[in-house]
Amino acid sequence: MLSICCPWCGWRDELEFSYGGQAHVAYPANPAELDDASWSEYIFFRDNTLGWFRERWVHTAGCRMWFNAIRHTVTNEFAAFYRPGDPVPEMPVEVVR
Amino acid sequence: MNEPERLPNLPEFLWADAEPKSAYDVIIIGGGGHGLATAYYLAKNHGITNVAVLERGWLGGGNMARNTTIIRSNYLWDESAAIYEHSLKLWEGLEDDLGCEVLFSQRGVLNLAHNLGDVREAKRRVNANQLNGVDAEWLTTEEVRKLVPILNASDDVRYPVWGATFQPRAGIAKHDWVAWGYARGAHAMGVDIVQGCEVLDFVTDGNRVVGVETNRGRINAGRTALCAAGHSSGLAAKLGVRLPVQSHPLQALVSELLDQVLDTVVMSNTVHVYVSQAHKGELVMGAGIDSYIGYGQRGSFPVIEHQMAAAIELFPIFARAHVLRTWAGIVDVCPDASPIVGHLPLDNAFINCGWGTGGFKATPGVGWVYADTIAHDRPHELGEPFALTRFEHGSLIDEHGAAAVAH
Amino acid sequence: MRLSSGGDIFRDRPLTISFDGRDLGGFEGDTLASILVANGVRVCARSIYAGRPRGLMSSGSEEANVFVQVVSGAGEPMVRATEIEAYDGLVTESLASKGRLLDLPDTSRYDKRFIHVETLVVGGGRSGVAAAAEAARAGGRVLLVHDRATIARGEGVESVVGMGGLTILTRTTATGLHEHGYVVAVERRTDHLAVPPETWSRQRLWNIRANEIVLATGAHERPIAFAGNDVPGVMLAASAVDYVTRFGVRPGRRAVVFGCHDGVVDAARALAEAGVEIARVVDARPWAADEVKQGTEEGSLDVRAGVVIGTASLPDGTLSGAVIQARDGSVETVACDLLAVSGGWNPALQLLTHTGGRTRWADEAAAFVPSQRPQHVRVVGKASGEFAAALRPEPLFCVDGPGSDPADIFLDLQRDATLADLRRAVAAGMRSVEHVKRFTTISTAADQGRSSSVLTVGVLCQELGVPMTEGVTTTYRPPYTPLTFALLAGRDRGYLADPERVSPIQDWHVAHGAAFEDVGQWKRPWYFPAYDGESLHDAVARECAATRSSVGMMDASTLGKIEMYGPDVGEFLDRIYTNLMSTLAVGKVRYGVMAAVDGMVLDDGTVARLSDNRWILTTTTGNAAKVLDWLEEWLQTEWPDLDVRCTSVTEHWATVAVVGPRSREVVAAIAPGLDVSNEAFGFMEWRDAMVGDCAARVMRISFSGELAFEVNVDGWRGQALWEVIYEAGQPYGITPYGTETMHVLRAEKGYPIMGQDTDGTVIPQDLGMSWVVSKKKPDFVGKRSYSRADAAREGRKQLVGLIPSDGSSPLMEGAQLVETGVDLTRVPVPMVGHVTSAYDSVSLGSPFALALLADGANRHGEELQAVDELVGTRVRVTSPVPYDPEGARRDGN
Repeated sequence: MLSICCPWCGWRDELEFSYGGQAHVAYPANPAELDDASWSEYIFFRDNTLGWFRERWVHTAGCRMWFNAIRHTVTNEFAAFYRPGDPVPEMPVEVVR
Repeated sequence: MNEPERLPNLPEFLWADAEPKSAYDVIIIGGGGHGLATAYYLAKNHGITNVAVLERGWLGGGNMARNTTIIRSNYLWDESAAIYEHSLKLWEGLEDDLGCEVLFSQRGVLNLAHNLGDVREAKRRVNANQLNGVDAEWLTTEEVRKLVPILNASDDVRYPVWGATFQPRAGIAKHDWVAWGYARGAHAMGVDIVQGCEVLDFVTDGNRVVGVETNRGRINAGRTALCAAGHSSGLAAKLGVRLPVQSHPLQALVSELLDQVLDTVVMSNTVHVYVSQAHKGELVMGAGIDSYIGYGQRGSFPVIEHQMAAAIELFPIFARAHVLRTWAGIVDVCPDASPIVGHLPLDNAFINCGWGTGGFKATPGVGWVYADTIAHDRPHELGEPFALTRFEHGSLIDEHGAAAVAH
Repeated sequence: MRLSSGGDIFRDRPLTISFDGRDLGGFEGDTLASILVANGVRVCARSIYAGRPRGLMSSGSEEANVFVQVVSGAGEPMVRATEIEAYDGLVTESLASKGRLLDLPDTSRYDKRFIHVETLVVGGGRSGVAAAAEAARAGGRVLLVHDRATIARGEGVESVVGMGGLTILTRTTATGLHEHGYVVAVERRTDHLAVPPETWSRQRLWNIRANEIVLATGAHERPIAFAGNDVPGVMLAASAVDYVTRFGVRPGRRAVVFGCHDGVVDAARALAEAGVEIARVVDARPWAADEVKQGTEEGSLDVRAGVVIGTASLPDGTLSGAVIQARDGSVETVACDLLAVSGGWNPALQLLTHTGGRTRWADEAAAFVPSQRPQHVRVVGKASGEFAAALRPEPLFCVDGPGSDPADIFLDLQRDATLADLRRAVAAGMRSVEHVKRFTTISTAADQGRSSSVLTVGVLCQELGVPMTEGVTTTYRPPYTPLTFALLAGRDRGYLADPERVSPIQDWHVAHGAAFEDVGQWKRPWYFPAYDGESLHDAVARECAATRSSVGMMDASTLGKIEMYGPDVGEFLDRIYTNLMSTLAVGKVRYGVMAAVDGMVLDDGTVARLSDNRWILTTTTGNAAKVLDWLEEWLQTEWPDLDVRCTSVTEHWATVAVVGPRSREVVAAIAPGLDVSNEAFGFMEWRDAMVGDCAARVMRISFSGELAFEVNVDGWRGQALWEVIYEAGQPYGITPYGTETMHVLRAEKGYPIMGQDTDGTVIPQDLGMSWVVSKKKPDFVGKRSYSRADAAREGRKQLVGLIPSDGSSPLMEGAQLVETGVDLTRVPVPMVGHVTSAYDSVSLGSPFALALLADGANRHGEELQAVDELVGTRVRVTSPVPYDPEGARRDGN
C-alpha cells in the first residue's frame, strides 16, 4: 500500500486516495476548433510512462483536494507532491538501482 | 478424499532457443502467448516460417504466466463475442492441433447477479450471446445452488445471489503449457524463438519499418508486429505512435492444494470474486485492478484483503484456506476495455495490445486473426472493429458496460 | 525419544495430543513435530503423488514433508507440524501435501491493527534483539516481531523486555514487505491455547508502516539431494540439533552426519552430547581428509571425505542406513536411523525480494546474499549471509552417485519432484529457472521453495554447465507464510462485508414489511406488500393504481444531493450540464443532464437555485459520490478561477415524494402556510414551508408525470415527516411505494434511468432529448464529441417504447430486438437493439417496455420481435412516452 503525502493533510495510506491519471493535461481552450484527431487525443490518449511520471491524485476520504505527484511507475517511489498551480518540480534523473 | 494425480507429461521436446539471424520476413516483438500463437498461425495458416519471436525475458513470462486462466466467450457486443468465440472454438481443438496437452477443461463459467441491475445486464448478455451462437444460459438461484453447492446462495448475505449466467463451454487451461505448446509448434515449423533479446529501437525507411535494433544487434524485418501487452506504449513511442492504453497492476493469488470443492469457474463483478480450482487443487483467484499505472508487477495489499473478504462472503468454506502466493501482471487497458488489433500508422508495422483482462482467453483467436492481418497486410474481418483508428471516429466497443473487470 | 533433561519445555506441564487417532504425550513448549519425535513417530505423512512414506525433515518453517490438518480449535488445513505449538487436546491428522476445507461455519474472529514506527525489526534472534535494542536506545518507537513464542535470551543477549519505546510481538511473522516501508505481519494469538479467552481474536493482521526496516530473518539450512533423500530419518542437521536443544528430544539413536562445511562437525558434536551415537561424519568438500576429531568427552568423531549417494530403509520405509562413497570410490552402507544433512545456508531474504530487492550468488558464502536493497531496508545477522563464509563452505547441491536413479533424487519433497523431472525439463529445451519451476512444479508448494529453490538453481546450473553466479532464484512473492483467507478479510464479513446505507426512514419501512433492493450500498424499499405474501406484481399494480388515481408516497432520501455555493455556480453548471443552467431564477428548478467528455450520458438530476449564490443539485442514487468527484475534479484542476464550493448533503436531508392527483391536498394539510395552488406554486419551482415546527423545502418536481411534491427536511426529522404525510394522506388512501413502482411510473412517461436505459454508449440525443443539449452555449463538457462522425451516423440506437402486438404478451428486460421474419436458429442473428426496461402497466392496460433500437426514432409503428431465451415476441414500436404524452396530468386536476 502506497504512502502518499497530501499537500494539505500530510502522509496518509493509499486507501484514502483516488487516482487521477496523467497530470497537466489541460482541457482544450476551444474544443470546437479541434479536428477529430486532436479531440480524440484529448479524450482517450494519456501518457503511459515507464519511469518517472507526473500524475494526479485526489484525497477522496480526506480533504477531497486534487494534487499532483511525481512517481516512478516501476519502483512506486514518489519524488514530489505539489498542489495545482504550484511550480512544477523537475523530473528526477533516472537512477537505475 | 480424491487421490492427487500427477499432471500428464509434457512432450519430451518443446523448443530450442535460436541465435537471431540478420533478417526475417516477420519479426514478432514479445514472446508471450499472443506472440507465440501469432508465429504459430503465420507458419501453419500462411506458410510464413521465416519468422522470429523476440522475447526480452523468458518466453511466456509476462501476463501469460500471471493470469487466472479463465476462458470464455460470453461477451456482450457482437464484435467482442465474434473474436472471443472464434478463440473458444480454437481452444476446443487446440490440444489436437498442437499435439500436446494444455489441460483445457470446459467446466463452465458462472457470472453471478446480485441485484436487479445485474440481472438485467446478465439477461441482456445471455440473449445477445444466444443470438450470436455463443452458448449461454440464465440460471436461477436454485440452479446456481445445485451447480455450486458451496456457494452461499442464501438470503443471509450482504449481497444475495439473484441468479447467474452460465457458459458451459467456458473453462480454464494450463497457462504455461499453452505458451509452450505454441512455442513447440512454431519451432517445429521453423520459427526462431529468441529469448533474452530486447528491442531497443526500430529501423525505419521513410514511413516504412524495416527492422529493429536489439541488445543482440540489428535484425531486419519485412514486417514487424508488436505483441508486448503492458509494454506496448513504450515500444510504440519509439515509432512516434501514441496508444490510448494504460498499464495497471492486476493481482492474483493461489491457495495451497485442497481437495476438490469447486468444479466450475465462478465470477462476480458486483462482489469482485473470480475463482476456480485448478487441476492440482489450488484455488486460483483474481483480484481487482490497481488504479494507478504500474510496471512493477506488484499491486497494493488492501486489494488482496478486500478480495478475501468478498471470497468468504460468497464461499464461507474458504474461510480456513490459505493464501499461498500473490503476484501481479501488467494489464494494458483501452478506454473502452476492448483491444487494439491491426495496423500501426506506418507501413509494414502492426499492433496487438490493450487486451486488459481478456488476453489469455483470446490467445488462439487473436493469434489467428493477427497472423492473417500480418500475412495479407489488411485487416481480418474479426479484427477490423478493433482498429486503432476507432478512437478518432468515436465508434468504440464499450465492454465497460458489461463488466468492470472481465477476467 | 525424550531426553531426561534439556529443552525449553515445561516438564511439569504434561499434555496429550492426538495424531491420526493416536494419543501422544508431550509437554507445554513442544511443537507437534517435537512430540512426534519424542514418541518415535517416524512416518508422519505420505508424499503427494508417489505415496512414499515421509518423516520430519526439519524443525522449522522450511518443513516440506509433514503438513497436517488441525481438527481441534479453529480447524485448519495444511499446517506445518513444526509450527504447531502443542496444547492439551490438540487433534491433528496427517496429509499428503493436500488439505481439505471443513464445511463448518468459521466461528473464529480475526482483527487488524495499524501501527507506525521509526524502526521495525523482523526476527527476534540474537541479531534482531541487538538491532532492536540499539534502535530503542536511539529513541523513537521500535517494533520487534518474532515468529516464535520467545525472543532470543540468555548468555550474550541483552535483555530488552520492558525497554522504553520498544514493542515486542511474539508468535508474529512478517509476511510481506511492500512499498514505502509497509510491512504486513500476522500475530497468532490463540492457536497455542487449549481454551482461548472468548474475547480474543484468533489472529491479528498487523499493518506496519516503518521508516526503517531491519531484516534479521536468519537463514534456512539447505539440504543436499541424493538418491533416497526423502526417506524418513533424513533430516537437516541443524534441525536435528534443534530438536535436542529446544525440546530435549533425540531424533535418532545412531546418526550419519553429511555436509560440506565446518558446521557439520559442530552439529555432530551437539548430537553426540545428547547421546546420539555418531556413526560417521561425511565431509564432501574436495579438500576434506579422513580424520578423527574430538567429539564428546567420551568419544571421538570419525570424519571421512566422501559423499552420501543413497539410503537404505526398513520395510516400513524408514531409514536404516546411509550409502557412503569414499573419496577413493569405495562404497559402504553405514547403519543409522538418522541422516543429518547440511548443504550450507540460505539467508532468508524472501521479504527483501518482495519489493524490488535483489540477491546475488556469493561464492565465498556459497549462498545468495543481498545485492540490492529496497529503500530503508537493512539486513543483519545470518540473513546477510556473512556468517556463512566463516564455515568455509563448498557448495554441493546434488549427489548423482553411481547407480542412483534420478527419479529417486528429490529436489522438492512437497511436490514429489526429482532430478529426473528437472532433466526432462532441460531436455525439453528449458533453460530459465522460471521455466524449470513451472515445468517441474518445484518451489510452487506451500513453502514457496524454502528448501528446494536454491537447490534447484544449483542443480540446474550444474546440468547446464554454467557457474552459480549466473543463477538467479525465482521471485519470492508475499506472503512469506501462508495466510488464512479469513484473517485477510478481518472484520469485513457478513453484515460488515460492505457498509449498508439506509435512509432515515428505514425503521418505518422495516416495521411496515417493505421488501428491499440493493442500489449500490443503499437498501431501498422495493415495494410494500399490503399483506403477507402479496407478490411484487400485485403490490406494484396496486401502488401504481393508487398513485395515478389518488396519491402515493415514496422515500427519495437516497437521491444524491450536492449543495453548491459561490458567485460562479451558474457559469460552472453551464460548463458541466449539457443544457443552460445560469439563467435559472431563484425559486426555480430545472432538469439537467451531464455528459462525459466523450459525450456519453453520465448522470441526470435536477438543479434548484436557492439564492443568488446557493444552488442544490440532485444525482441518481448510485452516482452521488462519482458526480461530486466529477465536479471537484473540473473545479480544482481545470477551472480553479471559478469561485464555487461543493458539499455533499445527501444524508443531511430526508426527502419524501408525495405523488398523484391528490398530492396537493396532502401537502396543503401538512404545510398549511404554503400556498400549493398551481398559480402560486408552479411546476419546477420550490418553496420554503413549515411542516409543524419543522422547516421544509418543498419542490414541485415529478418523476411520474403526475402532480407531485418532494418535501425535504433535516435528515433526522425524516421519519417524523414521513409519518405526518402518511397520516395526512389517510383520507385519500395514501399508498407508500418503492423503487419498482417508481420505475413503472417513470417508464410510462418515457423518463430514462441513467445506467438502466443507458449504458456507456448513449448520448442525450439518443434518448430523444436533443432539447437538453444546448445549441447556444459555446462549450460544455462533451459538446465537441457530438460533432464527431459517430454521433451523427445513421443507425444509432435510440430510445423507443414497445408494446406487445397482441396486447398481452409479457416483455422481458434484456430481450434483444430482431427484425420480424428473421430465423432465430441461424446464428449469428442480427440484433438491432435491446429492451432496457419492461413492466406490466396498469395505466396502459398492457405490458410495455423501453428499448434502445437502431434508428428507433424513425421506426415508430413498425413491428419487431423481442427475443428472450431464443423465443421471439412480436412487438410494436411506439413513442417512448406512451402515457399522457401531452403532459396534462402534471398540474393535477
